[in-house]
Amino acid sequence: MTANPNSHSGNSRGAISIRNVSKVYDPGGVNVRAVDDCSLEIAGGEVCMIVGPSGCGKTTLLNAIAGFHSISEGQIDLDGEMLCGPSKPLADQGADRVVVFQNGALFPWKTLAENVAYGPVVQGVMNKNEAREKSIHMLDEAGLSGVADKYPGEVSSGMARRAEIVRALINDPKVLLLDEPYRAMDALTKSIMHESLLEVYDRTKVTIFFITHDLEEAIFLGDRVIVMTTRPAKTKKIVDVKISRPRDYRLLSSEEFRVLVEETKEAVHEEAVKAFEAGERELA
Amino acid sequence: MSNQSVGGVAPSGFRLMLLRSARALRTPMPYLAFIGIGLWLGIYFLFNEYWKLFPFYKIPGPVEVVTEWVSRDPIWGTSLFTEDYYRNIWVSCRRIGIAFALATGLGVPLGLFMGWSQKFKDYTFPVLETLRPIPILAWVPLAIVMFAGFETPIIYLATLASFFVTALNTMLGVESIDESYFRAAGCLGSKKHHVFFHVVVPGALPFIFTGLQISIGVAWFSLVAAEMISGDYGLGYMIMDSYMVNKYTTMVMAMLTLGFVGWTTSAMVRVAGNRMMQYRQKALGQGGV
Repeated sequence: MTANPNSHSGNSRGAISIRNVSKVYDPGGVNVRAVDDCSLEIAGGEVCMIVGPSGCGKTTLLNAIAGFHSISEGQIDLDGEMLCGPSKPLADQGADRVVVFQNGALFPWKTLAENVAYGPVVQGVMNKNEAREKSIHMLDEAGLSGVADKYPGEVSSGMARRAEIVRALINDPKVLLLDEPYRAMDALTKSIMHESLLEVYDRTKVTIFFITHDLEEAIFLGDRVIVMTTRPAKTKKIVDVKISRPRDYRLLSSEEFRVLVEETKEAVHEEAVKAFEAGERELA
Repeated sequence: MSNQSVGGVAPSGFRLMLLRSARALRTPMPYLAFIGIGLWLGIYFLFNEYWKLFPFYKIPGPVEVVTEWVSRDPIWGTSLFTEDYYRNIWVSCRRIGIAFALATGLGVPLGLFMGWSQKFKDYTFPVLETLRPIPILAWVPLAIVMFAGFETPIIYLATLASFFVTALNTMLGVESIDESYFRAAGCLGSKKHHVFFHVVVPGALPFIFTGLQISIGVAWFSLVAAEMISGDYGLGYMIMDSYMVNKYTTMVMAMLTLGFVGWTTSAMVRVAGNRMMQYRQKALGQGGV
């Protein structure tokens, strides 16, 4: 499988190659295979959406790319360089792959501007003043100019999440890793988040690896939607979203969009049923 | 002009403090506190001086204590107008200051490292857990054997008690930090020392200050116990000394003084904590007044 032809970025940065990756957990002597022989090529500048039933191993994959967890077999490369593989099961953590977390992980003890400035300062690429200036500028661009000096606890969850994406982008990462970042949000906030993320993507063309349960979200945002099987995770179906960019909310009511959602839904539903039955067997 | 902010400019500094005090006076809180203290004094008075109930009549009553307390010529020799009274307060406060500073200075770093490094915890935690349950009174003979004089053993005992509480709470504070902050720090390119100063320390701060509130109370407790057993000046000494020579009025006065001073010191710790964790105050303030 080669780079997705639909990815219209021409970006050579941030290509992820996942080859035959497996992950076996061993809690209490019983092997649990979370990911099984999973292969996936993600082109530089692609928005790759990962959907699948709960607990299927999507996050395990993200954790392996980010360097939070090791892999048991296979290899993951970023732009041709090995992140983790047989000789080095745990990838180094680095600012070329920044994660945006499910429940948000802005440091609550730092203001939004301090949070954004944190990366460049600790990496030593900017001094404090430069980093602050750049942070304020980037928060402005994201429509957060009024709240740069507020603490995360003082702003809405939508603002906090946008600031978290700015905190990632200031490092000019090759890949943004998003783990169901909008899960706990109401539909209205979510749609604003989607447009803001698309706007960011159109500007930066950063590779996006995005885990979600929400099929409409997946198709609205993605170049490709990867449907994973239930545990152990493999790729079950790949849906190419050949819808041109820039996209906006009107797309949601188009025929083209509905067809893709239906097509994906069928595959996901099958896996969800399997996952549910497996869960019942485990409980029985 | 009133304390109201004009044109959307939020008041700050002294004006904010005035605004908050003015608002606090409109809530029932300060009045309830007065009523509570008044009720307690009233019951004390009724039981002790009015009805003279057993066993309350054996101790000095509130009128007697207050009269002695504010007397320029106290019957038992100690009041607000004698140097002796302040000397006892000062000596105890100085001891607490030293003990609390030592305990915090040693306990916080120890707790931070224990929470941060599993290996370090494996080494140190069993020792801490063995020593921690030993009641502070059981340390008294050892303290007297180890250190000469009055001052050092007392400070040692107060430090010890306070230290264990601080170290344990700090460790729990680090362990309470959500894993995602460590991960976020990692993928933003942090080195180990960045994680320590930007995640471990601020993340543990709420628990540290809870620990310090408890630890200053424990420090007073063990200080007074130590002063009662072997002391020269100090509020604990004042209580024991007045008891020995049947000056019960002075004794109760010293107890109440201890209560006020102890309350003041915990309030100081609370204020310091709130200042260092303004983000929490601000997040809470979102709900409005």
